[in-house]
Amino acid sequence: MTQPATGPAAATAAVTAIRVTMRVDGAEVAADVDRPGESLLSTLRDRLGLTGAKNACEQGECGSCTVLLDGDPVCACLVATAQCEGREVQTVVGAVPRPVRDAFVQRGAVQCGFCTPGLLVAVADLLRREPDPADARIREALAGNLCRCTGYEKIIDAVHTAAATMAGDRP
Amino acid sequence: MPEPTTPTPWAAGGVGHSPIRPDAEAKVNGAFDYASDLAFDGMLWGHTLRSPHPRARIRSVDTGPALALPGVAAVLTAADVPGKLHYGLIEADQPVLAPGEVNYQGEAVAIIAADTLDLARRAAALIDVDYEILEPRCDAGEAVAAGDCFRYQPVRVGDPDTARAAVVVAREYEVGMQDQAPLGPESGVAVPAPDGGLVLHVATQWLHSDLDQIAPCLGLEPGRIHLTMAGIGGAFGAREDLSVQIHMAMLALRTGRPVKMMYDRAESFLGHVHRHPARMRYEHGADADGRLVYVKAHIVLDGGAYASTTEAVVGNAASLAVGPYNVEHVSIDAWGARTNNPPCGAMRGFGGVQTCFAYESQMDALADALGLDPLEIRRRNALAQGDQLITGQVVDAVDPDKAAAGAPFSPLRDLIDRFADLPVPPVPAGRDIVDLPGGTGNTTHGEGVRRGVGYGVGLKNICYSEGFDDYSTARVRLELGGPEHDGEPVAYVHTAAAEVGQGHWNLQQQIARTELGIRHVVLLPNDTKAGSAGSSSASRQSYMTGGAVKAACEAVRELWHDRDLADGPIEAVRVFRHRATKPMDPVTGQGESHVQLALCVHRATVDVDVELGLVKVVDLTCVQDVGTILNPVALEGQIHGGTAQGLGLAVMEEIITRDGHVANASFTDYLIPTILDMPPMRLRIVENADPDAPYGLRGAGEPPTLSSTPAIVAAIRDATGLPLTRVPVQPEHLTVRRPS
Repeated sequence: MTQPATGPAAATAAVTAIRVTMRVDGAEVAADVDRPGESLLSTLRDRLGLTGAKNACEQGECGSCTVLLDGDPVCACLVATAQCEGREVQTVVGAVPRPVRDAFVQRGAVQCGFCTPGLLVAVADLLRREPDPADARIREALAGNLCRCTGYEKIIDAVHTAAATMAGDRP
Repeated sequence: MPEPTTPTPWAAGGVGHSPIRPDAEAKVNGAFDYASDLAFDGMLWGHTLRSPHPRARIRSVDTGPALALPGVAAVLTAADVPGKLHYGLIEADQPVLAPGEVNYQGEAVAIIAADTLDLARRAAALIDVDYEILEPRCDAGEAVAAGDCFRYQPVRVGDPDTARAAVVVAREYEVGMQDQAPLGPESGVAVPAPDGGLVLHVATQWLHSDLDQIAPCLGLEPGRIHLTMAGIGGAFGAREDLSVQIHMAMLALRTGRPVKMMYDRAESFLGHVHRHPARMRYEHGADADGRLVYVKAHIVLDGGAYASTTEAVVGNAASLAVGPYNVEHVSIDAWGARTNNPPCGAMRGFGGVQTCFAYESQMDALADALGLDPLEIRRRNALAQGDQLITGQVVDAVDPDKAAAGAPFSPLRDLIDRFADLPVPPVPAGRDIVDLPGGTGNTTHGEGVRRGVGYGVGLKNICYSEGFDDYSTARVRLELGGPEHDGEPVAYVHTAAAEVGQGHWNLQQQIARTELGIRHVVLLPNDTKAGSAGSSSASRQSYMTGGAVKAACEAVRELWHDRDLADGPIEAVRVFRHRATKPMDPVTGQGESHVQLALCVHRATVDVDVELGLVKVVDLTCVQDVGTILNPVALEGQIHGGTAQGLGLAVMEEIITRDGHVANASFTDYLIPTILDMPPMRLRIVENADPDAPYGLRGAGEPPTLSSTPAIVAAIRDATGLPLTRVPVQPEHLTVRRPS
C-alpha cells in the first residue's frame, strides 16, 4: 500500500503538489505529485499513462517494472518520483535495442509477456555491460526478474541470440 | 535440448511450424494492453474491503464515513447487490459481498469507487464493520469427519482387504497450498453502455462462464452485458473463478461511470483460489516382482470456504489416484473438505498434482523395498493398450508402430525406454559457486553436497471429464483482401478463446493457414459476440478451439470449391465437441470419465547441501508424449513453464495459513522460481498421435507440472536418504535429525 498512515482529516486536507520534471524515453514530462512517496511506477502508469513498465508486486521482488534511471536499472516501484527531478528514465519503449526485442520474439521468450518489458530492460543493461555473457552471468543478471510462464529456458536462448546479432552488427 | 527449432517466417506458418506470435511485437514494445493498463475518460477506481477474519458474523457495516470522503462516488455492500447474491463456477455458493457472515480471510465485504485508487483504499479503511469473531474450522480432516464436504468420491475395484502382497508400503503425504501467481494482477474495467447495459473488459480464462455468473447477480439479461477480453498476464487456473467482474460492474451501474479495478499483489493472493492442499494416506501392496497387487488411499483435499471447482478436482484426484499403473484391487476415498481456509480451485494440473506426488513416492518406496530400479518398477506396472484405469476406462492408446508384434503397446513404457539414450549429466569439474546449493550466498564450496537422481511420472486427463458437455465455437469468414493483403484471400477468425500466454492465437492462425492454404489470417477480438469457446484450462484449447477453427475452416474450404471469392465472402460457424464422457459412479467410481490421457516423465538431478538443507536442481530431463507437435517453440515453452511450476511446488512454493490467516501474501514471502532456481531443461518430445484428436494432438500444458515435483523430491531422497513425505521440501525437513 502506498498511502500514508493518516486519518480522515489529513486525507481531506488540501495537499500541496510538487512538480517533478524528468525525461521519459527521450520526452520531457512533468508530473504534479500530491502524494508523499509516490513511486515512479505509479507516476508513469497512473499519472502519465505510460504503461510500458508493469505493476506486479510493488515490492521490488518481480522486476516487471524495471526501467533505467540515468542508465542504471531500477525497480520503478521502489523509486520515489520526487527523486527523479531532472533525471532520465528509460522504459521498455526507449531502453531496448531492436535486436534484443527481436530475439525475444524469435526465440519464444514471450508467453503472457507481463514480465517481458522488465526483462528486456534488464537484458539491454546486461548486454551493454557484457556483450557476450555466459549462462551463469545471464542467470545472475536476470535473477531479479520473475517469469511465471517460460521456465526461463527460452529467455536465456534469446539473450544469446541478441548478443550474437549485436556482435554481428558491430563494425 | 532437442534439435534447435528455427522459427519460420510469418507467412509460412502453418501447423507444425513456429511462426512469430501475433501478439509478440506488441508485448516487446510495451504497447500490449493488459487489463491493468486500460484507462477510460472519466474513469473511477474501484477497491474491495475484505474480511480480516477467517470466520465472523457481521453485526453491522457503517459506510457513512467512507461515503463522506470527497472523491468517493459509491460504497456498496451486500444490500446493494442488484440480483442473485451468490455466484460460482459449478455451484453458486460464494456471496458477491458477504451478506451477514464471512467464511474466509479475504472475503469481500464492501466495494468502493473513488477518483483514485489511493482514495478508494483510504475510504475502505474508513468503513466500520462490526464483526463478531467466530472460531474458524481450519482442519480439513475435521471437516471430513463432520461430513462437511463439497464432494466425496470413492473408487472400488476388486477386494484390496483380502489381496495378498509380498511387500507393503504405507505412508502419509502432504502437499502444501500452491498459488498460481500469474504476474498480471486481477484487473478489469466496467463501462456503462447507453442502453443501461455494460461493456466489461476482463482478463479471464472463460468469457461465457463469466457472463453466466455475472448476469444473474446484476439482475441484467445476459444480452445487455458484453464481455471483451483484455490482455491476460498469465492465468494457470487463477482466472477461472470471478474476481473483479461483478464488483466493478456493480460500481459502474451505480455511478454511471467507467470503473477500473486492479488488485495489488497482496490482494491478488487473497482474491483468487489456490491449488488444494492435500493430506493423503497411501498403502501399496506389491508382489515379490514389484507388480502392484492393491492400492488403498485416503485423499483429503482442502476446498476452503466455497465450492469453486473442488467437485471436479476431487473427481480427478480419485480417478487418477494410482497413476498410469495396473492395479487389480483398489480402494480410494477422496474428499473435498469445506473449511474456513482460503477457497481452492483450479491450478495447472487440477487434482492430478497432489496424488501424483503421493503415488510416485509410493512407487519409489516399493522399488526401494524390493531393490528395484525406479524406472524398472514403473515399466513392470505400466498400463498398456487394452488395460483399464481404476475407473474401468480402457486405455485406447494406439501403437505408433502398428507392425510391431508381441506385447500390447504401452505409452508409458515407450516414454521410459527413451531415457536409455538420455544419460544423467556428469558432475562438472570446477563448478562455479552459483551452480552449488546456496548459490551466491557462498554457503559451501562443495563440502556436504550430495548428488541425487529421481524420476516422476504424471498422468493427466485432457479436456473436461465426467460427462461435462465440453464444446468450443469458431466463426471463420474468408474474403478477398484489399491492397494491404496484396489482393489475396484473408480469413477472419472469431472465437472467445482466451490467450493466456500459451500461444493459442498463434495456433488459430496456423490452423487457418493450413486448412485454407492462405497466408493472411486476421483474428477478431475475443468477446461474447462469438459462441463459447470453453475455458483455457485442462490443456484443452488446442484440442477444442483448435478443433473448432479447423472444422470451420474445412467448411469454408468446401464452400469455396464452388464459389468465387470475388462474388462475396464465405463464412462458416462450427461447434466442436470431443467424444462424450460419463460420470463416475458415486459408489464404485467406475465410468469412462476422461476424454484423453497424457503422460509425462521427468528425471531430476539435484545437489543437496545436507548440512544446511539447501537444494539446487541441476538438471531436469523431460520425456513427454504430445501426440503431434503443432508449434515446436510454443510446445517447448509449455513444457518448460509447466516443469518450473512443478519445481516450485517441490522446493519452495506454499501459501502458509495459520488458523485461516494467510501469512505470506507477497512475492517477498511466497517464493516462485527465479532464473537461478531453474536448471537447464532437456526435452525429448514424443509424437504418438491420437487418432481421435484434431491433427492427432495431445494436450501438453499440464502433464509436466505433475511429474517434475515427484522427480525432484525423489532426487532429494536419493541424495539424503530421508523419506520426505511433504512438499514443498524445506531446509528444515533436510536438516532436522531423526533418532536413529
